[in-house]
Amino acid sequence: MMQSAPPLSAEEKRWRMVTATMRKNGYAPDALIETLHTVQNAYGYLDTTTLRAVANALHVPPSQVYGVATFYHAFTLKPEGRHRCILCQGTACYIKGSQPLLEAITKTYHIEPGETTEDGEISLLTARCLGSCSLAPAAILDHEVVGNLTPEHVLDVLKDWRTV
Amino acid sequence: MTHPIQALTPDDLPRVASEAQAEANSFEHTIHVCTAAGCLSQRSDQVKQNLEREIHAHGIAHCRVKGVGCMGLCSAGPLVSLRPEKTLYQKVQPEDAGAIIEHLGNAPVARLECETDRPFFTQQTRIVLANSGEIDPERLEDSIAVGGYQQLAHVLTDLSPNQVIEQIMHSGLRGRGGAGYPTGLKWSTVAKARGERKYVICNADEGDPGAFMDRSVLESDPHRVLEGMTIAAYSIGASEGYIYIRAEYPLAIKRLQTAIRQAERAQLLGRNILGTAFNFHVHMRLGAGAYVCGEETALIASIEGKRGQPRPRPPYPAESGLWHSPTLINNVETYANIAPILAHGPDWFAGIGTERSKGTKVFALAGKIVNTGLIEVPMGTPLHTIIQDIGEGIPDGQRCKAVQTGGPSGGCIPADYLDTPVDYESLNAMGSIMGSGGMIVMDEHSCMVDVARFFMEFSMSESCGKCLPCRMGTTEMYELLTRIVKGHASLADLTLLQELCETVKQTSLCGLGQAAPNPLLSTMKYFNDEYLAHIIRHTCPAGLCHFAETEQEAQV
Repeated sequence: MMQSAPPLSAEEKRWRMVTATMRKNGYAPDALIETLHTVQNAYGYLDTTTLRAVANALHVPPSQVYGVATFYHAFTLKPEGRHRCILCQGTACYIKGSQPLLEAITKTYHIEPGETTEDGEISLLTARCLGSCSLAPAAILDHEVVGNLTPEHVLDVLKDWRTV
Repeated sequence: MTHPIQALTPDDLPRVASEAQAEANSFEHTIHVCTAAGCLSQRSDQVKQNLEREIHAHGIAHCRVKGVGCMGLCSAGPLVSLRPEKTLYQKVQPEDAGAIIEHLGNAPVARLECETDRPFFTQQTRIVLANSGEIDPERLEDSIAVGGYQQLAHVLTDLSPNQVIEQIMHSGLRGRGGAGYPTGLKWSTVAKARGERKYVICNADEGDPGAFMDRSVLESDPHRVLEGMTIAAYSIGASEGYIYIRAEYPLAIKRLQTAIRQAERAQLLGRNILGTAFNFHVHMRLGAGAYVCGEETALIASIEGKRGQPRPRPPYPAESGLWHSPTLINNVETYANIAPILAHGPDWFAGIGTERSKGTKVFALAGKIVNTGLIEVPMGTPLHTIIQDIGEGIPDGQRCKAVQTGGPSGGCIPADYLDTPVDYESLNAMGSIMGSGGMIVMDEHSCMVDVARFFMEFSMSESCGKCLPCRMGTTEMYELLTRIVKGHASLADLTLLQELCETVKQTSLCGLGQAAPNPLLSTMKYFNDEYLAHIIRHTCPAGLCHFAETEQEAQV
C-alpha cells in the first residue's frame, strides 16, 4: 500500500508561503520587505524565530532585518487580537471628528493605539490615511471599511465583537 | 467569452480598438457601476451583482453591466451611470437594481437621479481622468478601445527617444508629485547620464493623509500609467522599471497586477514590445507604511529592501539612483499625462493652464465641503471656484475658514485669499505647496493651532530619525504646540517656535524636515490671533481646546 506524505502542519504551511515569496524573488536580499509582508500575512505578526530564519535565507544580517521590521508601520512584532479596529487618523477624518472616536475606545477598553485588550479580543490600531476621505471619519472594522462613524456606532460594533 | 489578446503589433491596435468598439455598440444599454474603492466600500459590488441578476431575470439581451473606475463624486456614491442616456444615479443601494432595470429606455428613476449639469461636472477638464468611470479597468480591450497604447506604438515606430523628450519638454509638463520639477528636463538628464543599466520608477507611495488621487488613477485606468512608464523607459533607455505602491491600497495593487499581466501577454510590456526590439519589464514593490518613502532617495532605499532613509543629494537619482544606476522617478499622475500629450500634441497641452504651470491637476476634495471626491481642473483655477462652485460650498450653512493643500508639507490658506489660483508659484507664495493634490476644507469649528499640532505630530512620528534638525526639531515644535493648546505656553514660546521653524527648514536633510514647519508657519502668519488667544486669554476661538486642567492648577 502506498503511504502518502503526512499532512503539513499549520506552521509548515505558513513557512511554505514565506519560502514561496523568497523563491519568486530569487532569494535576493532586496526582497526583504516583500518577504516580511508575507510573514506578516501568514503569521499575523513578525516573531523573532521567523525573522531569524528570513535573515538566514536571504543572507541579510539579523540586525538589518530587525531594523527594517521596526522601521515600517505596516509591520508589527506583537501578535494581534481576534478583531482589529483600525481608526483612520487622516486629515479629513481629523477635521470631521476622528479624535472623539479614538477617545471613546481608549476610555472604554483601556487600550492605546497598537495595544490589544487583555482577553486578546480587540486590537486598536491607527492608520495614517485610508484614502476613504469622502466617508470621513472612517475605520476598518475587521477588513471592512466603515464610514461616517460616530463614537456610539464604533462602541456598538466593538461590544458585539466581545459578545459573539 | 472573448479570448485574451495575444502578441500585438502596431498594426493590430486599430483593429482591436474597432472590434472592442463594435462589441460595445452592439449593446443598446450599458450600465456603468463605479467599482473604485470609495463606492465599493458602500457595497457597489452588490449593486452590480443585483443589476446583472435583474437583467437576467427580465431576459434583456441587449444590455450589459460594466464595472468602471471612479466617477468623481464620491460623496454621492455608489454611483451608477447609463449609456448612451448619460443618466447618473446616486446613492444606489442593492435593492434599487430592479427599479433601474424596469426604467431602462423610459424616464429615469426620479428619486435616484443625480443632476449632471452642475458645476461639479461642467467646470472640470478631464485629461488624466478622461477614462475614469468610462472604461473597465480590468479589461485591456476597453483601454485599447479609447486609444490606449496607441501612443506607445507611435513612439516606438515613428519617434526617436530625443524626439519624445523634446515633445514632453515643449509641453511644459511639471512633476505632479508636488515639487513641480520640469518632467522633460528630468527625462533628458537621465537620458544623458552614463550607465549600463537605467531604471524607471513610478512613485505610487501616496502618503499624504487626505490624498487619494493616485490610488483612483491606478484603480480606474492602470494601463494609462503603464503606457506612460513604457514611453519614459524608451526615451531614457531603460529596460526595467518598478512601481512602488502603498500596501494599504489592495484594490489598486490587484488591478495593477492584472494590467501588467494583460499587457505582458499582449506584448505591450516585457520582451519585444509590439514586435520591436524594445524590452521593458515592470516589477511591483509594496511600500510598508512610511511617509518619508515618498522622498526619492528614501524610496530607492526601500526598493532595495532597506530602511527608507533618505541620503544627501547630489548625486541625484538621475545620475546615481537605484543600485547606483541612473534612475528616473515620476509620480503616477505625471505618467498618466504622457499619452494625452503625445496624442494631442505638446502645444495643445501648453495651451491649458497658466504661463508656468501647464495642463490640469487632479485634487482630492475632502473635509467640510458638500461635494467630496476627485476633481480635475486646469492649472490656475481660483480656489473659490473649486470650493464654492465645484465643491458647492460648506455644509450646514457654515463659513469656510481655511483650505489646506499639500498635506503635512503644505500650509493653510485662509478664506480671505480664496482668489488664489492653484498653480505651483501662487501656492508657494501663500506659504503652501501644490503637493500631490490633497485639498482639505475647514470651517469655523477647526482650531488652527490644533491643526498645526495635528500635522506636527504626523511629521514628528514620520521623521526617519537620520538627521538631527528634523528628529529633534519636530518633537520640540510638537511639545511647544501642545503647551499652547493646553494653555501652558508663554509669549516667549511663540518666538522660540518661530526660530525653530527657521532652523528646521534650513538645516534638515530631506524634504520631510524642510517642509515640516510649513503648516505651523502658515497658521502663525494668517491666524496669529488664535495663537495669542490660546496663550494670553486661555481661550480657543473654535471652542475645541479644553483648558480645564489649567484653570484647576490656577485655583490650587
